[in-house]
Amino acid sequence: MGEYIWLIPSFPLVGFLLNGLLGRRMPKAFVSWVGCLSVFLSFLFSVFTFFELLRLPPEARLIEVDIFDWIISGEFVTRVGFRIDPLSIVMCLVVSGVGFLIHVYSVGYMHEDPGYPRYFTYLNLFVFMMLILVTANNVLLMFVGWEGVGLCSYLLIGFWYEKDSASNAGKKAFIVNRIGDYGFLLGIFLLLFSLGSKGVWTLNFSELEKNVNLLNENVISLITLLFFIGATGKSAQIPLYVWLPDAMEGPTPVSALIHAATMVTAGVYMIARLHFLYNLAPETMFIVALIGVLTAFLAASIGFAQYDIKRVLAYSTISQLGYMFVGVGVGAYAAGIFHLMTHAFFKALLFLGAGSVMHALAGELDMRKMGGLKKYLPTTHWTFLIACLAIAGIPGFSGFFSKDEILWKAFSSNRGSIFIYILGLVTAGMTAFYMFRLLFNVFYGKERVDEEIKHHVHESPKIMTIPLVILAILSIIGGYVGVPHVLGGGAHFEKFLEPVFKVPHEGEIHHPLSLEIGLMVLSVVVALIGIYFAYLYFLKKPELSESFVQKYPNLYRTVHNKYFVDEIYGFLFVDNLLRFGRFMKNVIDEAIIDGIVNGTGYFLRGLGSVLRFLQSGYVQAYAFSIIIGAILVVGYLLMKVTS
Amino acid sequence: MTDLPILSILIFFPLLGSIVLLFVNRERVYAIKVIALIFSVLEFVFSLPLFFLFDEGKKGMQFVERYTWFPEWGISYFLGIDGISLLLILLTTFLTVLCVLCSWTDIKTKVKEYYISFLFLETAMIGTLCALDLVLFYIFWELMLVPMYLLIGVWGGPRRIYAAVKFFLYTMAGSVLMLLAIFALYYLFYRQKGFFTFSIFDLYTTYVPLSIQYLLFAAFAISFAIKVPMFPFHTWLPDAHTEAPTAGSVILAGVLLKMGTYGFLRFAIPLFPKAAYDAIPIISILAIIGIIYGAIVSMMQPDLKRLIAFSSVSHLGYVMLGMFAFNMQGVEGSIYQMLNHGISTGGLFLLVGMLYERRHTRMISDFGGLSSVMPIYATFFMIVTLSSIGLPGTNGFVGEFLILLGAFRAEKIYGILGATGVILGAIYMLWMYQRVMFGTIKHEENRKLKDLCGREILILSSVVFFIVLMGVYPKVFFKKMDTTVEEFLKFVSERKAYYATVDTQQKLSSISDLGGRR
Repeated sequence: MGEYIWLIPSFPLVGFLLNGLLGRRMPKAFVSWVGCLSVFLSFLFSVFTFFELLRLPPEARLIEVDIFDWIISGEFVTRVGFRIDPLSIVMCLVVSGVGFLIHVYSVGYMHEDPGYPRYFTYLNLFVFMMLILVTANNVLLMFVGWEGVGLCSYLLIGFWYEKDSASNAGKKAFIVNRIGDYGFLLGIFLLLFSLGSKGVWTLNFSELEKNVNLLNENVISLITLLFFIGATGKSAQIPLYVWLPDAMEGPTPVSALIHAATMVTAGVYMIARLHFLYNLAPETMFIVALIGVLTAFLAASIGFAQYDIKRVLAYSTISQLGYMFVGVGVGAYAAGIFHLMTHAFFKALLFLGAGSVMHALAGELDMRKMGGLKKYLPTTHWTFLIACLAIAGIPGFSGFFSKDEILWKAFSSNRGSIFIYILGLVTAGMTAFYMFRLLFNVFYGKERVDEEIKHHVHESPKIMTIPLVILAILSIIGGYVGVPHVLGGGAHFEKFLEPVFKVPHEGEIHHPLSLEIGLMVLSVVVALIGIYFAYLYFLKKPELSESFVQKYPNLYRTVHNKYFVDEIYGFLFVDNLLRFGRFMKNVIDEAIIDGIVNGTGYFLRGLGSVLRFLQSGYVQAYAFSIIIGAILVVGYLLMKVTS
Repeated sequence: MTDLPILSILIFFPLLGSIVLLFVNRERVYAIKVIALIFSVLEFVFSLPLFFLFDEGKKGMQFVERYTWFPEWGISYFLGIDGISLLLILLTTFLTVLCVLCSWTDIKTKVKEYYISFLFLETAMIGTLCALDLVLFYIFWELMLVPMYLLIGVWGGPRRIYAAVKFFLYTMAGSVLMLLAIFALYYLFYRQKGFFTFSIFDLYTTYVPLSIQYLLFAAFAISFAIKVPMFPFHTWLPDAHTEAPTAGSVILAGVLLKMGTYGFLRFAIPLFPKAAYDAIPIISILAIIGIIYGAIVSMMQPDLKRLIAFSSVSHLGYVMLGMFAFNMQGVEGSIYQMLNHGISTGGLFLLVGMLYERRHTRMISDFGGLSSVMPIYATFFMIVTLSSIGLPGTNGFVGEFLILLGAFRAEKIYGILGATGVILGAIYMLWMYQRVMFGTIKHEENRKLKDLCGREILILSSVVFFIVLMGVYPKVFFKKMDTTVEEFLKFVSERKAYYATVDTQQKLSSISDLGGRR
């Protein structure tokens, strides 16, 4: 069955084609079945493949198959081929598993939408592209998925295209991603060029890994840095994170699937996939970890002062992605991927929970108009609570294991540093604070819901709550596959991924167990402090938070406005580009270049009216004079040259 | 291979169509359209065997026909194709069918003359691509101008006369330069070998002294650069495109511009290889300026057709950049991008034409929110837009990627600068798409717009078919040009090396001359 791994991405492709071509003319049930079933089949097939892998000895867990030749030009050869190894199967399971739950949820959430078939068409296309991204066996095919998910993101953010804010957000996402992809593309060129000049022309991951020693270190640093620029676009890191908050214009399940659980993790996956390059580029690794932790901190701080529940979740996504980059940046690839997985569970759950709240409140997003929803939305509430506990890193929940693993590695690994660890730890406390701020404002305290809406508040239908429950269960148990040795676990997750990353154990500094336990306790304490302050400020004494805002109006305004980064970018890049474009069009093109062309024309016409007597009006005469003229000129030239 | 003069048939079959149309009563509009369609479809069908019979492993020209014409002047009727012209011929016959179809309801006046011009144009285009004799080439080259001039000048928009005259004079000026250079080369060959010939294969072997080689290359290059068009010779293009009827724009963008790039590959470079190599920096920089400049100016255009016209400047900049990388990836990407541009930009002009037919405006500000009234149109428009910005999986990506890779290999900075077009392309195309298709309907007239009819869906489906095929399985096409491009690169580098040795010999002999004088 190894040869059939290409089926994993194929099911959603079929779903996309069916719904895309027939969806508009078919009943809704057809669309829903095609949409959900195709992703479910991918999931099922991934599960089979997973067990297939488990049956192999660890070092032989790699299935690779080339399907057909894609681009072949001279020495350059790329094939469409797939690769399943522990890393990609984890991604397949997460993408298709979480993706399936979100498809099911969407059946309920999007039921009333007139664009229902279009929605599922895009959603299937997205899953297809994402699966291509994670199963590709070469960089260029991965790039197809990479840009493909960007396209789907564009289409789904702008799904309600009649709203200008939605279509603007979609366009922004695509263009910002393209800026990152520019770096990615240059990385590919440099990689191909550098290996090519050594006689090796390949983009296949296994081949690259074998030949990586042909490259010199500076080149590797540059290549990995260029790839990382691509990752900052796709995975919303500094400086290209600005598109993600705006992406919340899309339907909420889209935010759950694309802008939390799957697509945005592509950058982390890419670095893990190319770990053999990154391992040789310590400078780049440091930059990755640094950007990661700075992004985590910055985004968390913005999360303090947002009232739109989806925006809070968006910034928390950016922040959590930062953690994953810290993980891969300090060489703890398995920890990064581990957090990617647990985050997929609890962040999808948070977004779907937010969707359920919106569903109940007729689309309301402002948490100042919520409060006390606990008793109206019991299932949504307790699943949301579990997700908050998970993201805050409370022991027993999945986020605890994965986040702590990253913090520990940031502290202990020889690639880590104390600065990154401390900033990460502080961010963990901030995360707990702003997430519980959200939880308390939405589900607890005074009811601030508009009277009109209040009568209609209702729990969502089963088709939406069941995915919530499943995700809630995953948000708890998802962490137990990777319980570290220090807590008596087997670190199964890390062990499963080991054949991919081949973690070099030499040179690792050994720390006493008590230190590891101590730091673990420290991070739990920090999280609890965050929760306590959220409780104090937003539940017990809400006036405290108001007085804080009044005391520091400028600080509050700056943070609330996201440090004005959008405005600065707008001024620096967008306005200047438009101004430059206008100048180029009006002055350079139309006045100068075309002016010269037309000026020449008018000059000749003026000359012509003087020489009118030569104009007989006979075409033959013109042709004759052209040829005579030509011969004269050529004759002159030749005489000059040959004499 | 058959002995059928298949190329001659392909060249003159559309002309036969024009002649048949001459005898049809001008009142019988429907019959005229059907006849034109039959001829263009048959022509396309006739061109398909070329693709399958073309032996991709064989070097040199295939389907060669050669008859002496004016032996005393060395002029012959000399035809043949290689992998490059093969693909461009197929593009021509394919696009001509689409053009006839898309003119079905668009052209209402002088229908008979319109289709006569169109079929005549097809003859000239295919002739230009098959000709291996410089005089024959020049005749077909100039013949293309006449029907195109008429298409713009008679069936064009309000400023059609200005646009047509500008188009005609600008390209004519270039052609005259080329004519001068052709005569010079002809005479030079005669001086060296003692007989007259216009066959390019003979002329390829001419030794062109460097001082004159630069001049002759410049003459050819300017003539072709106007046609491409390369920055700064591009200003005729937006006017011509804007005023031309839809089919005129499609064929202009799809095929006529490629005559410029084809001219570089077939004539300017192999005839003057040393000068071509020395011109790499100039041409590459102009190409990069074209990519960026075309994109930025395109972004600011209020008129859809002008916007697409400037996007052509940008795309053709890629073609030139790849070609002058002088490596396999660059040149193959360049040729592929010629085809891509024909399909994608042709598709964009078709789409805009369909809108124009409904609303009689091309101003972006007159639209907005069309997605909700024309969902099928919106889908096709999206796909073609994505192909134009080179999304992986579409044809555009394959071409752009190889070109930039080739450019990067040749000179890193060219690749780095050229690749910025990837970002800019997304900006101007998506912004345009947003303003036309997204948002709410602002103009009441747009509320009643009809979605595509069956004929239009057929046209666009065939475009999308090629967008996907060429994006996913480009091998079909690359196979056909691999040998030709390898041979081209080998020939050019050998000739360049030859000039280098001659050059050093001359230097040596001049040194020894000096020594002798002493």
